[in-house]
Amino acid sequence: MKVPILTAAVLAAAAALGLSGCGEGDQVVVYKQGKYQGKPDTKPWDNEPLARGPLDGKWTKGDSKGWENQIKERQLGQHEHRRIYQ
Amino acid sequence: MARMKFLCDAERCIECNGCVTACKNENEVPWGVNRRRVVTINEGIVGAEKSISVACMHCSDAPCMAVCPVDCFYRTDDGVVLHDKDLCIGCGYCFYACPFGAPQFPQAGAFGLRGKMDKCTFCAGGPEADRSEAEFKKYGRNRLSEGKLPACAEMCSTKALLGGDGDVIADIYRDRVIRRGAKGVEVFGWGTAYGTGKPGAPAQQPAPAGGKS
Repeated sequence: MKVPILTAAVLAAAAALGLSGCGEGDQVVVYKQGKYQGKPDTKPWDNEPLARGPLDGKWTKGDSKGWENQIKERQLGQHEHRRIYQ
Repeated sequence: MARMKFLCDAERCIECNGCVTACKNENEVPWGVNRRRVVTINEGIVGAEKSISVACMHCSDAPCMAVCPVDCFYRTDDGVVLHDKDLCIGCGYCFYACPFGAPQFPQAGAFGLRGKMDKCTFCAGGPEADRSEAEFKKYGRNRLSEGKLPACAEMCSTKALLGGDGDVIADIYRDRVIRRGAKGVEVFGWGTAYGTGKPGAPAQQPAPAGGKS
């Protein structure tokens, strides 16, 4: 009786394997970000400011907060209600 | 930290190409390469035809970074997507992956040879010493390091093109939309580039579909 059990098991395994081919896999592309291999870049706030205007703030070299404030002032200058300097 | 983004107001863009000219002039971009261009959407549809200015949108989950076989892309602390031209092999994968057609390839020879990829840097230069000649030659002007915004946005005469921190420019745009009676709430490319439902994003995300001129 061992042979029919083995045969049944093999047949079941073959059927399972065969049926698995009928399934539909997920075909959505999943992008995996690579790791940057190039040269390191410097930070924009590690420079002396050049922008000079009524809305421009000031930052000192290496002061990231000051640079952000300067850039924010500049961004708000794009609002038409702030474009005409008071 | 700011997350730098572009936003183009289709209600305001008058297709003057001032942004294109400003970009080309500021960065001395060579012939045949257009980091920024103005396209027409809904072309031929009466009342729905609009112009918008398109360049690299510095996507939150940039597909160009994912497909690059040499991993030459990186994102700065303020969300600008840049690349190292010394590493780029000009394969063009990024061009096929980009939903905005931003990557540009200079013609390097008479037989269709492609040079290294060139694209909008949000006027943030690249991986060379800030404000150096090498940086300018490879990537263009580094205006962010000077405390300025991209030339295209600052030059825009109607302020259709806004550039800067996503929250700040979304606030400006929201205020503008409210003032003009909720006209033109759709922002082309915003959802594609930065995803939907994020804080600070304008109220309506879907971008209008259409061809380009």
